Amino acid sequence: MQPITTVHYLVLSAALLLIGTIGVLTRRNIVIILMSIELILNAVNINLIAFSQYLHNIGGQIFTIFVITDAVAEAAVGLGILIALFRNKETVQADQIDLLKW
Amino acid sequence: MNFLDYIWLIPLFPLFGAALMLLIGKKLDPQPASEVALAPGVEHVHDEHDHHGHSHNGHSHSHGHDHDHDHGHEHGHHHGSPLKKLVSLLCPGMVLLSFIFSVGAVLELASKEQRLHQVIQFTWLAGLPFHMADGRLGTFTADWGFLLDPLSAVMILVVTGIGFLIHVYSVGYMAHDNGFYRFFGYLNLFVFFMLMLVLANNYVLLFVGWEGVGLCSYLLIGFYFHKKSAGDAGKKAFIVNRIGDAGFVLGTLLLFSLVGTTRFVDVNKALAEMPAETIEFGVLSAAALLLFIGATGKSAQFPLYVWLPDAMEGPTPVSALIHAATMVTAGVYMVARSNALFSLAPHTLTIVAVVGAFTAILAASIGLVQNDIKRVLAYSTVSQLGYMVLALGVGAYWVAVFHLFTHAFFKALLFLGSGSVIHAMSGEQDMRRMGALKDKIPTTHFTMFIGSLAIAGIPGLAGFFSKDEILWQTFSSPLGSKALYAVGLTTAGMTAFYMWRLMNMTFYGKSRVAPDVAAKIHESPASMTIPLQVLALGSVLAGWLSVPKIWTDKLQLFEHWLAPVFGAEGAHAAAEEASHGAASLEWLLMGVSVTIAVIGIYIARVFYNDKPEIPESLEARLPGLHRSLLNKWYLDEIYDFLFVNGLCKGGGRLLGAFDSNVIDGAVNGAGWITRFSATASMWWDTWIIDGAVRLSSFLVKILSYPVRILQTGQVQSYALFIVMGAIVFFGYYMVGR
Repeated sequence: MQPITTVHYLVLSAALLLIGTIGVLTRRNIVIILMSIELILNAVNINLIAFSQYLHNIGGQIFTIFVITDAVAEAAVGLGILIALFRNKETVQADQIDLLKW
Repeated sequence: MNFLDYIWLIPLFPLFGAALMLLIGKKLDPQPASEVALAPGVEHVHDEHDHHGHSHNGHSHSHGHDHDHDHGHEHGHHHGSPLKKLVSLLCPGMVLLSFIFSVGAVLELASKEQRLHQVIQFTWLAGLPFHMADGRLGTFTADWGFLLDPLSAVMILVVTGIGFLIHVYSVGYMAHDNGFYRFFGYLNLFVFFMLMLVLANNYVLLFVGWEGVGLCSYLLIGFYFHKKSAGDAGKKAFIVNRIGDAGFVLGTLLLFSLVGTTRFVDVNKALAEMPAETIEFGVLSAAALLLFIGATGKSAQFPLYVWLPDAMEGPTPVSALIHAATMVTAGVYMVARSNALFSLAPHTLTIVAVVGAFTAILAASIGLVQNDIKRVLAYSTVSQLGYMVLALGVGAYWVAVFHLFTHAFFKALLFLGSGSVIHAMSGEQDMRRMGALKDKIPTTHFTMFIGSLAIAGIPGLAGFFSKDEILWQTFSSPLGSKALYAVGLTTAGMTAFYMWRLMNMTFYGKSRVAPDVAAKIHESPASMTIPLQVLALGSVLAGWLSVPKIWTDKLQLFEHWLAPVFGAEGAHAAAEEASHGAASLEWLLMGVSVTIAVIGIYIARVFYNDKPEIPESLEARLPGLHRSLLNKWYLDEIYDFLFVNGLCKGGGRLLGAFDSNVIDGAVNGAGWITRFSATASMWWDTWIIDGAVRLSSFLVKILSYPVRILQTGQVQSYALFIVMGAIVFFGYYMVGR
């Protein structure tokens, strides 16, 4: 069995990033979009940890902790906005909300 | 007592009387103020007239007499009240004091070598720097100073002497009038101002008196101010005099700018060094002419004489004192006082002579047909003043003053006599309702008889000496002419005619008096007849002060007395006369003028006593002439048309039209231009400025369109752009390396 190398991690990370990005761009439900953003963040985390291990540098792991914290805060704020939006517009579909249009 | 140093007191006595009367007289008068304003008797007189169906309304006399008391008492007369007694002692007394001081001063002056006495009390108007005509810096000062010389000596004697007699007369005449204290207050005030006028030592102080007598004249003409005609006459006198006064002020200032002083003595000294303007009409002539304009106003000369006949609205003593004997001679006095100036301006003297002669004959012609006894005398006064001015104009200044002197006696006498007649007739002034009064009022008749002879120029009486001298000087003086002499002679005939017309209509012939008036005719009280007798005596004797040289060369007191004042001119005239030397010619002319006078008297007797149908048929045959004369040649109407309506009202209308068309037009035009430019500006704003702003915004809108379509509002499309941007970015890095 082939050992898991840094490249594998990077491929996984790239895949997650791709999936997340496609999710953000294509899905209409805002909840799903938020989840896809989580995927992107986790792709970044994996990337950071892979390089941390590869380079024997603890900074990447520390940074990951920050990213996780940030993700939690972001999810909380995002869901809060989502609920407030729903109360006003009675929808969570991103394509039905275009208040910022000119 | 040195009277000469106290000449400044002479005007102050009447001023004291006037101040007392006018300041506290009202408080002493027991009469309520409302009744004072409404003199009783006037209503009565008018009622009486309405009763007789007379349309005549030209009299204002509210005096009653003893028989009038029945209606007088209900109006609250205070005959013999303590106040009236006080007033009738105090006011004439003050004038008497002035007269005594005047006589004293004149006697002392006569004994002096240099017959000129100047008392300067203080500087009244202190120095105002002033650029004179020749560029020197003069100082405008005026003294409160008095000058007594032979000329002012004559004047103060006339003013205080005649003034005193008229005051005494007024005590009787005004006895039943309300406002007694007011009348005497004004009268005393008048005497004060008149004395200031004749005693002033400079033109500015003379002007104070000049204006003051004008004021008193106004107040006394309008004494019966509840009568509209009296108030109007007062205003007319005041306004017409203002026109002349403007000339006087300008003349004084022009003279001052030439000689740099207003004192008569210094003015004469300065003028003595100047050459006469024999050829050109120069600045001296202009100054003299301006001063003469002032004299035409005060001395009632054409064209400013129109106020004097109307001034007869005042009480008769006022007509005698102010409008015959004293104030109206102020102009003659002023010209005589300025003789040094006038002698340098022969062209102006010609104008003076022509105006005087024209006024004399114009007024005499109007006087021929007037029916109001006082109006005849008023026109006679204007005519006699014309004589004086004529004498001034031919350079015979002393003769003018001589005529002024004699005229003061006989004209005051005639006016007071007419007042006595009016008094006897219960206020009637129309001679057509008189007649045969000779025996009913003998004293009045006798004194007026003398006065009429005197004014007609019968030898031996005052008027003859002065008038004949005027005619002779007019004929013989180098400044005179035969034409002026002819006018003067005609006027002399007219004078004799209208005076004896008056006498015949009033005293002789058949009585035309209304019966109820006739019952009350009575001779006036002593306070009125004694002044008449004194004046009659004066009318006889005054002329003997200067008899014609061809009679005797010893009796020219008056001429010699005045010679220092008119010094150079007097010598000149004497030399002239000597060269003429035509004594026989003078006798002839004297005979002619006396004949003319006698003819005038005779015609008047025939017309108005023996054959009254002659004047009526003349009237019928010459209706145009008679109507013109009766209407005073329509001069009042012409003045009304030209000046009152034409110049004042027409000018007012013209100014109104100017205002509404030009001034308002300019304002409206400015408004229209503002509105127009505002409209244009609004158009510019709307289309150009706003257009540019809108265009730019439109351009922005158009140009921003492609960018705008990118902004969908869709979160995901934004995200897509971000991703695409990132890909491009990375792609660039990867491929570019």
